[in-house]
Amino acid sequence: MWEPASARLVPNETLRSFMPSAAPSPLRSPRLAVLGAGHVGPVIARVAVDAGYDVAIAGSAEPERIELITQVLVPGAQARWAADAVADADLVVLAIPVHRFESFGSGLVARKIVVDAMNYWPSADGVRELFEDDRYGSSEIVQQRLDRSTVVKTLNHIAYQDLEDDRRPAGSPDRRALGVAGDDRDAVGIVAEVIERIGYDAVLLESLRAGRLLEPGGPVFGASLHRSEFERALQADAA
Amino acid sequence: MASAPSVFPLTFGLDTFGDVTHDENDRPLSHAQTIRNVVEQGVLADEAGIDFFGIGEHHTDLFPVSAGDVVLAAIAARTTRIHLGSAVIVLSSDDPVRVFQRYSTLNAISGGRAEVILGRGSSIESFPLFGYDLADYEDLFEEKIDLFAELLKGGPVTWHGKTRSSLENQDVVPHTETGPFPVWVGVGGSPQSVIRAARYGFSLMLAIIGGSPARFAPFSQLFREALEKFGRDPLPIGVHGPGHVAATDVQASDEFWPRYLEVIRAVSGSRGFAIPTKESFLYEIGPRGALYVGSPETVARKIANNLTTLGANRFDLKYGMGGLSHQALLTNIELYGTQVVPRVRELLA
Repeated sequence: MWEPASARLVPNETLRSFMPSAAPSPLRSPRLAVLGAGHVGPVIARVAVDAGYDVAIAGSAEPERIELITQVLVPGAQARWAADAVADADLVVLAIPVHRFESFGSGLVARKIVVDAMNYWPSADGVRELFEDDRYGSSEIVQQRLDRSTVVKTLNHIAYQDLEDDRRPAGSPDRRALGVAGDDRDAVGIVAEVIERIGYDAVLLESLRAGRLLEPGGPVFGASLHRSEFERALQADAA
Repeated sequence: MASAPSVFPLTFGLDTFGDVTHDENDRPLSHAQTIRNVVEQGVLADEAGIDFFGIGEHHTDLFPVSAGDVVLAAIAARTTRIHLGSAVIVLSSDDPVRVFQRYSTLNAISGGRAEVILGRGSSIESFPLFGYDLADYEDLFEEKIDLFAELLKGGPVTWHGKTRSSLENQDVVPHTETGPFPVWVGVGGSPQSVIRAARYGFSLMLAIIGGSPARFAPFSQLFREALEKFGRDPLPIGVHGPGHVAATDVQASDEFWPRYLEVIRAVSGSRGFAIPTKESFLYEIGPRGALYVGSPETVARKIANNLTTLGANRFDLKYGMGGLSHQALLTNIELYGTQVVPRVRELLA
């Protein structure tokens, strides 16, 4: 099912060269829009606020609906309409149930980097026609639908309930790794920096196609692994 | 990170998913014998002084108690004190009218001891079984909890929705003797479910089955603030956590670990759980994990700490795990009632 050739990792040493030239400008912290205020969205928003990002969170309806959730669970973030949150964002995190993605309009996130944190898991989501195509990974299908956006796959393979507790400062011996997969090197670099700043080692995969290794049933899904273990698990599976 | 102390009395329950237990030769018992054993376990829970006994709805070969309310009725007939309820019932794939009727009947049989813990659907096999699309679970739950809240008020109900036929001034029986029975909403991680519980004035049951229980503290705060926003009085907050109590820490861990590994392996494909390692298991049974496995003292300390951290007044131990023996479960129940619960009360006094 996997295509070994596409599963090559980007060597760790070249990570720096992907990243934006320096730490984010002190004048303006990068802005994140988190779409989804269910199980996952508020947790991602919370760790992003902690990492110093300017974060807006949006549900599918008016911001008043998620005002209290935002205030209590994500202090420091703003509840906004999705369109407003996205318009001001450097990065959009998609944390909605896959069945909601079927009616998600691609125009909303046009020209944005979109972090796809979703998973397609038929036994948990029911069978969704859109994602029932073994030729593609779920993020490749998301990219096809969001044809004016740049999709990067990450954050989908860590349980949302671990995302806050498992963070560690860079260099900690028990720092966990997360995969970051995408076709656009610059976008992958930008997202990898977010992952690193949140508190994880970013392991880069060279394409969205290779991101299939991060999916449910794959070698790293739900697994707590350090960078070297993570890389070994990906390579073993791809071999 | 401790929340405000609860104004409600401390309450202790036991929940089971009715796992098929094994005999002395480690062979699985029949579904029928498993169910008869659950009745015995409920009766022992009453004798051991436990406040609540709950059965979680499942529909699989490993968890065959699909009609928990019938089992609860059998326990009701043999007990006088313990409260009995679902833990949880998957309301999204059920008919709220039938759920009300069944639990109102249980309430009659038990002399007012019925409770209902409602779930949106983490155990998902009921959806295809009853012809529902999993993708609709949110909408199904939203509508059905609305109807259920109407039914609880008593008196004729008029209701319109998309998920079942409308009701026009419909009297739904049996009527309750003394007003609505207690209703809880089981929440596994959805903040919207917390808000929804507050909106309907149902109590909050935090189902914490993995990871750090402390991360749920903001959910307790969200619940209290939502109740205030909706102009409601404070309501109880409970914690549902899996575990196993034996005479010593080592015995509890040795009995539980292989069964836990088997069960999670068996359900990981359909539920998305990662297969545990011995290392992750030791973390989960440690002070920061979600499992309550150990001697009465170890488990009591962990319960007391987490109730304090979460501002909760109720703890339901989800006992039993796959092929543990009926005898091991009886010992667990007895130790929980006679040693763990008194010790938690002492620690929190």
